[in-house]
Amino acid sequence: MIEPLLDPLVWLILLPLAWAVLAFVLGPGRGAWPAIASLATQCWLAFDLAQKVGAGGVANHVVGGWSAPLGIDLAVDGLSASMLLLTQAVALLLAIYARSYFKSDDPAGTWFWPLMGFLISSLNALFVSADLFNLYVTLELVGLAAVGLVAAGGGAQQMAAALRYLFATLVGSGAYLLGVALIYGAYGTVSIATLLPLVTDDAPRLVWIAGGLMVTGLMLKTALFPFHFWLPPAHGGAPAPVSALLSALVVKASFYLVLRLWLGPLQTVLPAFAWLLAMLGAAAIFWGSWQAIRAVKLKRLIAYSTVAQLGYLFLIFPLLAAHGALEAGVMQIFAHGMAKAGMFAAAGVLIKATGQDTVAGLAGAVERLPVTMFAFGLAGITLMGLPPSSGFLAKWLIIEAALAQGHWIIAVVVLAGGLLAAVYVLRVLRQAFLLTPASATLTPVPRMLEWSAFALAAASVLLGLRGVELMQLLGAMA
Amino acid sequence: MSTGFIFALTGAILFAAGVAGMILIGHLLRRILAFNLMGSGAFLVLVGLAQRQDVVDPVPQAMVLTGIVVAVAATALALALVRKLHALTGQFELPDDVDD
Amino acid sequence: MKRFLHASLVLTLASAFVFFLAGAMLELGPTAIDLRVPVAAHLPESGVTHPVTAVLLNYRGYDTLLEIAVLLLALLAILAVVGEAPTSPSRRGHSVLQAMARLAVPSMVVVAIYLLWAGAFRPGGAFQAGAVLAAAAVLLHLVGLLPSWSRPRLGLRIGLAAGFALFLAVAAGLLTQGSLLQYPPAAAGVLILLIESGLTVSLALILAGLFLFLSREAEA
Repeated sequence: MIEPLLDPLVWLILLPLAWAVLAFVLGPGRGAWPAIASLATQCWLAFDLAQKVGAGGVANHVVGGWSAPLGIDLAVDGLSASMLLLTQAVALLLAIYARSYFKSDDPAGTWFWPLMGFLISSLNALFVSADLFNLYVTLELVGLAAVGLVAAGGGAQQMAAALRYLFATLVGSGAYLLGVALIYGAYGTVSIATLLPLVTDDAPRLVWIAGGLMVTGLMLKTALFPFHFWLPPAHGGAPAPVSALLSALVVKASFYLVLRLWLGPLQTVLPAFAWLLAMLGAAAIFWGSWQAIRAVKLKRLIAYSTVAQLGYLFLIFPLLAAHGALEAGVMQIFAHGMAKAGMFAAAGVLIKATGQDTVAGLAGAVERLPVTMFAFGLAGITLMGLPPSSGFLAKWLIIEAALAQGHWIIAVVVLAGGLLAAVYVLRVLRQAFLLTPASATLTPVPRMLEWSAFALAAASVLLGLRGVELMQLLGAMA
Repeated sequence: MSTGFIFALTGAILFAAGVAGMILIGHLLRRILAFNLMGSGAFLVLVGLAQRQDVVDPVPQAMVLTGIVVAVAATALALALVRKLHALTGQFELPDDVDD
Repeated sequence: MKRFLHASLVLTLASAFVFFLAGAMLELGPTAIDLRVPVAAHLPESGVTHPVTAVLLNYRGYDTLLEIAVLLLALLAILAVVGEAPTSPSRRGHSVLQAMARLAVPSMVVVAIYLLWAGAFRPGGAFQAGAVLAAAAVLLHLVGLLPSWSRPRLGLRIGLAAGFALFLAVAAGLLTQGSLLQYPPAAAGVLILLIESGLTVSLALILAGLFLFLSREAEA
């Protein structure tokens, strides 16, 4: 039994709330140092928790001493522990990046730190919650924090993007809430552990409707094709650290929830939708890659790439019957999370330095910003799925699982997606390798920006070499 | 048909009407109203369905209280964004997404 | 034409969904779990006597903690969006309106304090009390007695965050009892009242702020 006062599970939720409040009280633009210090502590806590879970199975915390179904349970298994690890690691590096990114009078940076604190806390709370209604509240927290970060200090385009995002995310959580309402009506509880034995093969029709509603709502929040319309303007228009947080972490949270429902209380109901989700995932890969190839602005290109890469996650649903597919999905989450964060960070540096945000304007970037372009290239390697990156490992696992179950079409889609990713990544790199035009000016950027972008991108590649540990952690599923 | 069922059915109708409104209506303030309609529908279903045997259940009522506060927070943020957009563009509709 | 087709498609789908859902709702049997039994059984040790308040602040108090976070977050996001626009001078309302407001507000404050205290044994509590206080503030603003707020200064920031911070501190402190928010049955009532009082002040400021930070003459 973990000594309650030192339970890492609980502090991962409480600490970010504490520094968010502290950052707010300290005032506009302040709060970077408490955030970074606490995130480093949180990284350590997440590692600690992951080790405990890897050794002992599942970590639990019964809030208020009232066990479910009366109270709310918090539970961490291998999947949750992995998501917590990813969140703290990416958030720490992005916090270091953001500290140097926002100048002191930047309106987007005024309340960045408290907003980020709420975002990280709500993500952590989401990953550990085992209560359907509590998950709704954490979903709303994540959504509102993300919208606030997108809209902060922006102009008309950013307001419009934030509003699109807000409406989409509200419809999504509304559908999820209706699903929870139906489940409570059917079974009298919203606790995941209590529902597990209750939802059987002959569940009433209402549970099917509830499942459909919840997955549809979560699909909206994850921007799965055809619900992806809000993502490119929001991720493409926000400041670089915000885009990185959103693409790397926020969209993964709602996907995690789909997985949690799929493997948990709705496991008899949801698998009927497996091939529908896989087809939408394939459509996302093709549509997202095509739009990325055509995009004019750099961050819009990267945002469309997110739409495409999220499609890989939905390809695993028909394969979840056997063992390898879950590991593949989580590896893809890690690979894409770190690579996309690094890519957006690099893009932020490039945009600051060159003073404009189109792909065409990157001419000569390689000789003027070599570290940043190397970071972009490394991230691109992960997205394309080249060895030894974690992106390669993820795609390899998906293909392996697909072929083992005879669904070769999925393997074909994965390979095609890799080729398309190569087209849009190489498009950017080719532009960067051109000679610098004589008229180009370069604003100097702080070194910390370049190196934190590099750290994120390099991590995504290096993770491929240490993939085994991650798989072992995942083995500890409830 | 008990009172609870009537609430639940009304809630379902309101929810569908709210979602349809958010999809179809262009005027942003009316879209926010549609969102509130959708939320109220979901809350009615939550309370009504749980009380369909005409007994009072405190847990969904507490959940709805939480839900109302969350809806208020979301509405406030949406209104702030709409107001800022209006101040910047003079419009109450979303501009078309300029995808270069 | 295209818009008409689009609209009729959406409306047809919506109606079909309602019928389908209605049918599914009517064929439900009794639920497997009845939570009213444990709620009533543990009510004596929860520190309050009204079941909804017990659920809200004790059994599912964690939800309430996150819910306050949502409100504070919404205010933060609004501050981030609205930025530095200068406030307009508050318009002078009619003197009769102002007199009426001056009469109404003290009663509203008393009602709010009553609602806070009554929450332990009948419908009421921090949210209701905070909402009434916020309404009083909005009323004063509408008649011109309270100017709208610009960027919050330190005192206001502390007031906005204090309720939540108190709740967080009590929740963390109770970890010594064995888990988050685990009230010892003897002190539960006092702790809940303490938390609710702090929350009332902060909620009043947050809810008033949701209105007052937005209220300024549009510059365009």
